Amino acid sequence: MRVELQGVTVRGIISDISLQASAEVVGIVGPNGSGKSTTLRCVYRALKPDGGAVLIDGLNVHKRPHVARELAALTQESQVEFDFTVAEVVEMGRLPHERSVRDRQVVDEALATVDVSHLSGRSFLSLSGGERQRVLIARAIAQEPRVLVLDEPTNHLDIRHQLDVLALARGLGVTVLTVLHDLNLAASYCDRLYVLDEGRVVASGTPDEVLVPELIAKVFHVSAHVVRHPTTGVPQLLFDQEVTP
Amino acid sequence: MVAKISALVGVLAVSIVAGVALGPVSIPFDVTVELLWAAVTGGTIPAELAGQYHIVWDIRLPRVLLAAVVGAGLSAVGVAMQAMVRNALADPYVLGISSGASVGAVAVATLGVLSSFGVYAMSAAAFCTALGASVLVFFVARTSRGLTPLRLVLTGTALGYGFSAVAMLLVFQAPRGDASRAAMLWLLGSLGGATWQSLPLATAVTGLGIAYLLRKARPLNALAMGDETATTLGVPVQRLRTHLFLITAAMTAVLVAVSGAVGFVGLMLPHLTRMVVGADHRKVLPLVPLAGAGFLVWVDVAARMLAAPEELPLGVITAALGVPCFIFLMRRRAYVFGGR
Repeated sequence: MRVELQGVTVRGIISDISLQASAEVVGIVGPNGSGKSTTLRCVYRALKPDGGAVLIDGLNVHKRPHVARELAALTQESQVEFDFTVAEVVEMGRLPHERSVRDRQVVDEALATVDVSHLSGRSFLSLSGGERQRVLIARAIAQEPRVLVLDEPTNHLDIRHQLDVLALARGLGVTVLTVLHDLNLAASYCDRLYVLDEGRVVASGTPDEVLVPELIAKVFHVSAHVVRHPTTGVPQLLFDQEVTP
Repeated sequence: MVAKISALVGVLAVSIVAGVALGPVSIPFDVTVELLWAAVTGGTIPAELAGQYHIVWDIRLPRVLLAAVVGAGLSAVGVAMQAMVRNALADPYVLGISSGASVGAVAVATLGVLSSFGVYAMSAAAFCTALGASVLVFFVARTSRGLTPLRLVLTGTALGYGFSAVAMLLVFQAPRGDASRAAMLWLLGSLGGATWQSLPLATAVTGLGIAYLLRKARPLNALAMGDETATTLGVPVQRLRTHLFLITAAMTAVLVAVSGAVGFVGLMLPHLTRMVVGADHRKVLPLVPLAGAGFLVWVDVAARMLAAPEELPLGVITAALGVPCFIFLMRRRAYVFGGR
């Protein structure tokens, strides 16, 4: 499915953001406060933009019936106070769909996919941050979306699970729009990147095109060297210790 | 699940019969059953049981049934309220509705307003000011982005203090001591005024409200996870919260009007139920009204019997029974509503 942002503006935070993603993994990177999460919130409908529109296959997300059957999101929301079990949390992913006999199986598969089947009966609140994050990803998978929106999916995860989650997102074969802080992970797992700075898109393209020292210096105010990953060949960044002015 | 529901229905049925049998004048269990059976089926009873029939049918049964309805309604509203404002301390009164109701009830008790309504004056006045209070809370809490949990709780609490202050002022100013006593009894909850006439409206509103909540069990689960999460799961969050507000306000207003502000049931029964079956509203919502109904029937029995012929306020007994029970369950299980 094709996700398209056309001049999305949220007053005081982001202005005139345009981007597209279609059956690929698209990363949004940028410094803190650059409007990454706000952009995603417009996509998953937590926020209605003041201007512009978010389209899925050409139709506005606010007008599309049953968007939740097509678009799942992992948000930054984390203040859950209710003691649901892991299975109950993942089962919530079936809410947008008509109830069916498949539900049980879809939930079990989602649990297995992110390797949390053994936690199924555990209390969600008793899990570690990393386990919680994987359970929430399982919920998004149970939603069987064709567009997956991820707001910093690698938060709280150790390196193995960071790689696992991103490989998993790629392997789903759906359109993925993700905010990532780690530029090297972004370079490794995203087909294309958009760089946001002060609420605007300042660069876009393949990791090779985008992750160049000049842009890193301008946007992140650090000096970086680009090297090639010895096995995959993707660009990876090494940072100097002093901050550029 | 079916087993749990059946068990609770059985317990409730026995509780209702026991509630009718027990009181300052106790009637043997088998006689109670015989009289109830005769009343329901239109059978005949021996002449010497006429007095007991009057107690069973005209005085105790409506009161016991009302206790069940109020207990069921307040417990279900408590569950809905806790999910709606995502707060473990929420109860049916957190939005200031009971304080609003108390203004009307106390005004009747102390100033004698609405005296043309006779014995229903207090209920009618409490209902009117309760609805007035919820309308006020609704519009003060509302923003362009709709109703948010924190604003709802803050507005309800702040306005609730205001309404309580008005009620307390009325009690304080009352020239007659018995008026302030009547007001106090009402504030703590009592089913002493229950008649068959008080049942139909309370039962209908409670029944419809619970039916609505049962249908919304899954969206309530999503809402409990957060507004944004619920949105991504296709729940129309603002519409759902507005509907929940209207329905819980109507239920609470009707229940408070017939029973006064019975405390603790709406806070504790939801937690007790969750401690047993977990947080999933598909399990909590079918069970909590049955548990609440049975609980309040026994609370009312205690209210009638403990200091007979005087009656104790329900609120005192709900707390006396509930607090130890609550602490026991909370210590026995690692209950984590509210986070670790």
